Amino acid sequence: MSEAMEPGKARTDEIDFRELDRIIEDDFNNDKENLIMILQAIQRHFNYLPRPALEYLAVKIGIPASQIYGVATFYSTFSLQARGRHIISVCTGTACHVRGGERVHERVEELLSISDNQTTADKRFTLESVRCIGCCSLGPVVKINEDTHGRISSDEIQKILDQYV
Amino acid sequence: MKIQSVLDLKTVSQAYIGKLYKPDAVKVNIGMASCGIAAGAKAAYDKLLTEYASKNGIHVCQTGCIGFCEAEPLVEIFGLGKPRIMYQHITEDKIVDAVSGFIAGDFNKKWILGQMKDPRSLLETDIPNPLDGVQPLDGIPFLEEIPFYKNQVKVAMRNCGYIDPDSIEEYFARKGYLAFINALKDMNPADIIDVVKASGLRGRGGGGFPTGIKWATAAKHHGNRYIICNADEGDPGAYMDRSILEGDPHSVIEGMLIAGVAIGSSQGYIYVRNEYPLAVKRLITAIKQAEGYGLLGENIAGTGFSFNIKISTGAGAFVCGESTALMASLEGKVGRPRAKYVHTVEKGFRQSPTNLNNVETYANVPAILLKGANWYAGMGTERSKGTKVFSLVGKITHTGLVEVPMGISLKNIVYNIGGGVPKKKKFKAVQTGGPSGGCIPERFLDLPVDFDKLSEVGSIMGSGGMIVMDQDTCMVDVARYFVDFLVDESCGQCNPCREGLKQMLEILTRICNGDGKDGDIELLEEIGGMMQKFALCGLGTSAPNPVLTTILYFKNEYEKHIREKKCPAGVCKKLFHYEIDPEACTGCGSCARKCPQEAIAGEKKKPHALDQGKCIKCGICYDACKFNAIAIR
Repeated sequence: MSEAMEPGKARTDEIDFRELDRIIEDDFNNDKENLIMILQAIQRHFNYLPRPALEYLAVKIGIPASQIYGVATFYSTFSLQARGRHIISVCTGTACHVRGGERVHERVEELLSISDNQTTADKRFTLESVRCIGCCSLGPVVKINEDTHGRISSDEIQKILDQYV
Repeated sequence: MKIQSVLDLKTVSQAYIGKLYKPDAVKVNIGMASCGIAAGAKAAYDKLLTEYASKNGIHVCQTGCIGFCEAEPLVEIFGLGKPRIMYQHITEDKIVDAVSGFIAGDFNKKWILGQMKDPRSLLETDIPNPLDGVQPLDGIPFLEEIPFYKNQVKVAMRNCGYIDPDSIEEYFARKGYLAFINALKDMNPADIIDVVKASGLRGRGGGGFPTGIKWATAAKHHGNRYIICNADEGDPGAYMDRSILEGDPHSVIEGMLIAGVAIGSSQGYIYVRNEYPLAVKRLITAIKQAEGYGLLGENIAGTGFSFNIKISTGAGAFVCGESTALMASLEGKVGRPRAKYVHTVEKGFRQSPTNLNNVETYANVPAILLKGANWYAGMGTERSKGTKVFSLVGKITHTGLVEVPMGISLKNIVYNIGGGVPKKKKFKAVQTGGPSGGCIPERFLDLPVDFDKLSEVGSIMGSGGMIVMDQDTCMVDVARYFVDFLVDESCGQCNPCREGLKQMLEILTRICNGDGKDGDIELLEEIGGMMQKFALCGLGTSAPNPVLTTILYFKNEYEKHIREKKCPAGVCKKLFHYEIDPEACTGCGSCARKCPQEAIAGEKKKPHALDQGKCIKCGICYDACKFNAIAIR
């Protein structure tokens, strides 16, 4: 496995620093109070938070990299690992839980042979769980990328996954 | 144009009152909050727009969520001189038929949820009912009179489902920003605070602190004051704030503006969950529109008052719903709460006096100012005034958002409004207040719902989530579920919460796995009691509530798990197995076809058998069987 393929490590020469500058300076004014939103923007761009980008950010807005690491690991949205092409978010809110969300979650794990916060070997899917997306009437709910699939039972999951290549 | 006066508001609204109530062609309102979209509303909207609307000259519009989520996608069709009809479950394949039927006078009655009696909000008593003189449709109930809506009074959600959330003009047309302009031009800050105090409004986010008193204290402290809207709706199962932001974002902005005038602040922040992308999008649009009309920005309406609002998105941390953690997060830091020896109204965001309320609280404020404190205080109970939005979810027939006067009984909410538990299953409990709340058993169903009564039985109001549980819900598993949630979400800085939760989770997991032992229940109680006393913030002190209330009311379930190693609800996998009841099994084969392990076999029309060795207890057969032939043993 080349270094670039290793999860969590992007080679420095692959980081588009001009894009980073644009995010940090133009969109967020070099302001460290905007740290969380800057990180969200970086993650939108790279699909995760590459380490060189965070190190660059630390120098740029003048806070220690350790503090950025602290923030990036505290909030569940952020991922320091490269993620798959499709993000599966299984809702684990209470309404989904009592309607069998846990069984749906287990079934996804079984079908893809991964558990939470892991990515399939072919980089097709990353599995995450999310705490309630507020679509409780449709529970149990699974969100794949921006699509919400509601009222699903465990035997329908394969069919749904097949839609994402 | 820039709004300078009440007259300006009236001028702009005039044309839109017509569009809202007496459109020049047939108008189709499609409920497009995220729940509606997930149920298929967007596809229906696109279909109607591309295949039908342009040819037939009808108006296709989006609205927010009118609350009856179970019936989504909800589509309302009306036109001049015709009744306003709300259709349910109108997906892509039905929408063209529904609309063309309506135009032709064939109303597809089987798809109708109800017809509207009066579309005005409770702030619009000065105009006549637009449906006066319109012949109602025979044999179709009024929407306002069906059980789901009958007991509802819409204050915070007064515009959700009635207006296009992306249109500030439609908000103007429903008396939007009138309360703000009145407050700005004709009221002293102290008078505004007095009205809010007298209304008895208490914070709708969970704590229930009197809003007027909070505003008064923030106004007393000197410095650069801030107004924050907590839209970090983290309680799983509660989504009224999302619905208000997606359906009527201007009501929240107006509430914040009024707070700004009352407290003397020129900067507002809305901290909204990242998991609510549509709410963020609609808020951004709403803020731009308000700026365009000069309702946000510098020197508003020429009074010298300035107010700006910034949006900040959270990043998935439940603890950031706690005010001090939220403020730390707004500053770009890790969201850890601090002890509140000094309150945030004195030193909050950037060490300055900060007033923080949640979405629903702000949405109530304009209505209170327009209708008066006495009107608001006339609803509810002695110490809990007004209305509250509840999200009625879980094992309930009519899932949805319901706004009812405080003091209504749990039974009324669950059975009349919610239609009871589906599939003839037995009601077990209702969980209120999210992970900080508790499970309330059947014997308290007559309880009037208000802040104090819910605390008396060991739960809390919280932000208004009500999760109904039935016989298939295992209460030990529910306790384990919440503790598991909280272990993930505890910020980890104080011992009682961090370690207490971890120990509780270990014990509960052991019990669910059949390794529980005598003394476990007492140990859970002891740890819980310790956390209630010594944890640093509200999240920690309330974290044991789901465990303690389930022990209090469902001790027998714990004992069955510990002593008999049985999970009567059939949830804890190691403590039950499925069996096919040969008396009930008709041999239809639907379970066998669905079983992923091929563990079920049998001849057609004869009782089937289940191979325990192959069964993984996934529950697919249990859900598939229509004859209750799959038994939990």
